[in-house]
Amino acid sequence: MTLDAAWARRWIGEAAAQVAAAKDGLTELDRQIGDGDHGINLDRGLQAVLAKLDENPPGADGGPVAVGDVLSLVATTLMSTVGGASGPLYGTAFLRAARSAQRESLGASAVVAALEAALEGIEARGRARPGEKTMVDAWQPAVDAAVRAADDGGDAVAVLRAAAEAADAGASATVPLVATKGRASYLGERSAGHEDPGARSTALLLRAAVVAAEAS
Amino acid sequence: MTVALVLVSHSVRLAEGAAELAGQMAPDVVLQVGAGVPGGALGTSLDVVRDAVAAALRDADGAVVLTDLGSAVLTVESALELEGSWAGRVRLAQAPFVEGAVAAAVAAQQDRPLGEVALAAEAAAAQFGRGARGGARAADGPGGLEGGPGRVSARVVVRDPLGLHARPAALLARAVADLGVPVTVDGVDASSVLMLLQLGVRGGREVEVAAQGPGAEGAVREVVALIEGGLEG
Repeated sequence: MTLDAAWARRWIGEAAAQVAAAKDGLTELDRQIGDGDHGINLDRGLQAVLAKLDENPPGADGGPVAVGDVLSLVATTLMSTVGGASGPLYGTAFLRAARSAQRESLGASAVVAALEAALEGIEARGRARPGEKTMVDAWQPAVDAAVRAADDGGDAVAVLRAAAEAADAGASATVPLVATKGRASYLGERSAGHEDPGARSTALLLRAAVVAAEAS
Repeated sequence: MTVALVLVSHSVRLAEGAAELAGQMAPDVVLQVGAGVPGGALGTSLDVVRDAVAAALRDADGAVVLTDLGSAVLTVESALELEGSWAGRVRLAQAPFVEGAVAAAVAAQQDRPLGEVALAAEAAAAQFGRGARGGARAADGPGGLEGGPGRVSARVVVRDPLGLHARPAALLARAVADLGVPVTVDGVDASSVLMLLQLGVRGGREVEVAAQGPGAEGAVREVVALIEGGLEG
């Protein structure tokens, strides 16, 4: 299976479908410890991305398409349409990943590089570190797992799968944490006992990338 | 150099209200609102911010951006990362939204350069709430000049029954800035509209106007005349 621009396009379609299905659950998580709009915002943003990708499909001029061309359009559209903090955060993640993925297809090491770039972007934009009950708590284990999978000789899809599984575990592990960044930090101790919605949506997005890779 | 303000908020109404308030103190400053997401929901949007900054830069040489909550900051920072051509012309001020907008607008009205307009907004954060408690101002204001050689001072009663409220404070601050001589009112920098407002001077109260050094006497006379004249304009 090749992780190319067509895969990136399928990924976003799958992510939009998964987020649409999980929208109410994400929003409910956010209602408990945030401002209650994460699912709605992300759903709106991904639907806008789908429309944008249909309007101007990268490569419509017949030229070669880099994976990064698709990711870059995803980035700016999320930044413009999500509305909440997850817009610029996911937008920056996709933007930095896009810059590292200016090639027609991604091998195992390119997947690791893209995930690392995404995490760096989120940490820089959000000034967040692991353990603060944010989406970084899903991204950091995802990157660590991706590095290990690549070191073990895994192919691109195996690296992606390892990242998605670690993100899922990382999101679950945010439940007992007390938030010290983002809106949930206003709640202090009362934020413990709830899963971080951004970490959960990160796990969904990475899961969608795997599903898109396996579907081909 | 002319500097415009761009007000980035989750809420269009909040940004428009802040623009209205700041505009009252700075009638000639270009104020652009970059708020909400297309479709009317609360939030901030890269496209909306880019359009507002572009509009500001059409009418001014530079722009200072004020933001409300965290994700507005993130959106503006994302825009700055994407728009290389803004370098040196657009500054994000780390300032409280309303106080920062008012302070920046008054500085921009006085034709201060980009960095100073941004600094005026950022200084508003440090000043917030100080005047209401009183006490601190004489110790750390420019009133430290007191007692020095060549100091000129006079006392004058503020006649406006509403006291030194927003509009007269803005007029006074602008006039003092134009004088080019540092003047204090009750120990605070009279070219800072926020510091004047924080004095909380009510109608009928007497204030001390003071200056020091070359031009001090004329400056004090002029400021006293302005206050006696009722600061209407």
